Amino acid sequence: MKRSRELLMGLALCGLSAWAAAEVSPVRSMAAACANCHGTEGFAQTGMDTLAGQAKDALLKKLLDFKTGAKPATVMHQLSKGYSDAQLEELAGYFAAQKK
Amino acid sequence: MKRRQFVRTVGAVSALGAVGTLGLVAGCATTGTGSGSRVVVVGGGYGGATAAKYVRMWSDGGIQVTLVEPNASFISCPISNLVLGGSKTMADITTPYDNLVRRHGVKLVRDTVVAIDADKRLVRLAGGTELPYDRLILSPGVDFMWETLPGMARPGAQDKVLHSWKAGAQTVALRQQLEAMRDGGVYALSIPLAPYRCPPGPYERACQVAHYFSKAKPKSKVLILDANDDVTSKGPLFKKAWADRYKDIIEYRPKHTVTDVDAATNTLKFEFANDLKADVLNVIPAMRAGDIALKSGLATANKRWCEVDFLTFEAKAAKNIHVLGDATQSAPAMPKSGHMANQHGKTCAAAVVSLLTGKTPNDSPIYANTCYSFVSDTDVVHVASVHRYDAAQKTMVTVAGAGGVSAAASQLEGQYALAWARNIWADTLA
Repeated sequence: MKRSRELLMGLALCGLSAWAAAEVSPVRSMAAACANCHGTEGFAQTGMDTLAGQAKDALLKKLLDFKTGAKPATVMHQLSKGYSDAQLEELAGYFAAQKK
Repeated sequence: MKRRQFVRTVGAVSALGAVGTLGLVAGCATTGTGSGSRVVVVGGGYGGATAAKYVRMWSDGGIQVTLVEPNASFISCPISNLVLGGSKTMADITTPYDNLVRRHGVKLVRDTVVAIDADKRLVRLAGGTELPYDRLILSPGVDFMWETLPGMARPGAQDKVLHSWKAGAQTVALRQQLEAMRDGGVYALSIPLAPYRCPPGPYERACQVAHYFSKAKPKSKVLILDANDDVTSKGPLFKKAWADRYKDIIEYRPKHTVTDVDAATNTLKFEFANDLKADVLNVIPAMRAGDIALKSGLATANKRWCEVDFLTFEAKAAKNIHVLGDATQSAPAMPKSGHMANQHGKTCAAAVVSLLTGKTPNDSPIYANTCYSFVSDTDVVHVASVHRYDAAQKTMVTVAGAGGVSAAASQLEGQYALAWARNIWADTLA
């Protein structure tokens, strides 16, 4: 918040908003759909895996293995098939970038 | 109050609002910051509470959000059937709104919206307050089409014959009726024609009541009277549960449309079947978008559901008014569920933040639905689907090859179902 205020003071008011950092990118929207089960921004409540801060490669492998059926699941094998490999990679990258 | 009077009353307030908005536009003609913009959210269920939280979160607190909700706490419909079955309590399914206020800075107003002035961008509350908005997010849930059951208009009928299809006082009251019922009694549950809120919900409820009967009053019966031609969700899984677990308790009768209810004698009347008496009647009436949506002319699909643009959830009938959740005219194969309302809330929040900051909303939303049903106090089945925006059809469609149902009921899915509840409650409210 402090950083936002400094940014705001340092820049012309409307030339570049402090909100530029808060833009709701398509990947952030797509990742928000995982939050119902895995918590807001991937920080899960007990009983589900926390996705935030996981290594991107490991997370992507897990998602792709769900998709191919290599990794058994109750639900994720069905949900992962709804996303392209590129979308799964974007999601893995997004959650990996969330600080633990 | 007539509309003209209302408009006159709010004129002064809206003039002030217009100055504020103009000032903002003049200062930031090309890249609006959205700072100081006002969003009013009506209804603190899965759709509205999620939208309120995410507009605050995704605008870094730049957009003011006022949530108008009459109830003191959020009470979840999902898991409420377990209160009827006796394995969960009301406390288990109740969450206060405190975190939306404390952590996210949502302004909570305990009241009900009685009128929307789309031209002046104002809502009027039952308590007399008027709230101006730049964008209105309406998540009114469902109300019942009581006109389809004339007998339910008689004094006391709705206190005796319960729907318990909005979790709360009626959940408690129905549980009390089941506890008071004699062993050997009949509980009759009627299901309206689809679409209705929570397609698998009635069948889960039948399982929960049967589970309770099997433990506490095993001579009793559960009679399901379904207006639909067949079980509308997870059919084979529910039928297997009924056959394997509740063979002598549950009886399923499809194509039974209730046309009236005599609450005094606990009798159901049908379109094509003899009258039926039961010890406990649980009538789920046909439903439609919540009253405020109808009253405001937003229910453009058969005067029943609200058509929306699925990129923004803006109502087709009104600019700057977004409608979420069960009240919407559903996209193909999109269930009316709490999970889906939460997804609507986030998609709408992202679009509203974009629109109020001069950006273009995401043109390719994609999200999923997962719905768990308890067939006992521990064993669960699910249905899942993935939905993406189809630009050619301008609606959400299911992704072919994705989604599906459980192979069989399991305790593992029971654990996941409860974890799902904890997570979605936190995602919606914390």
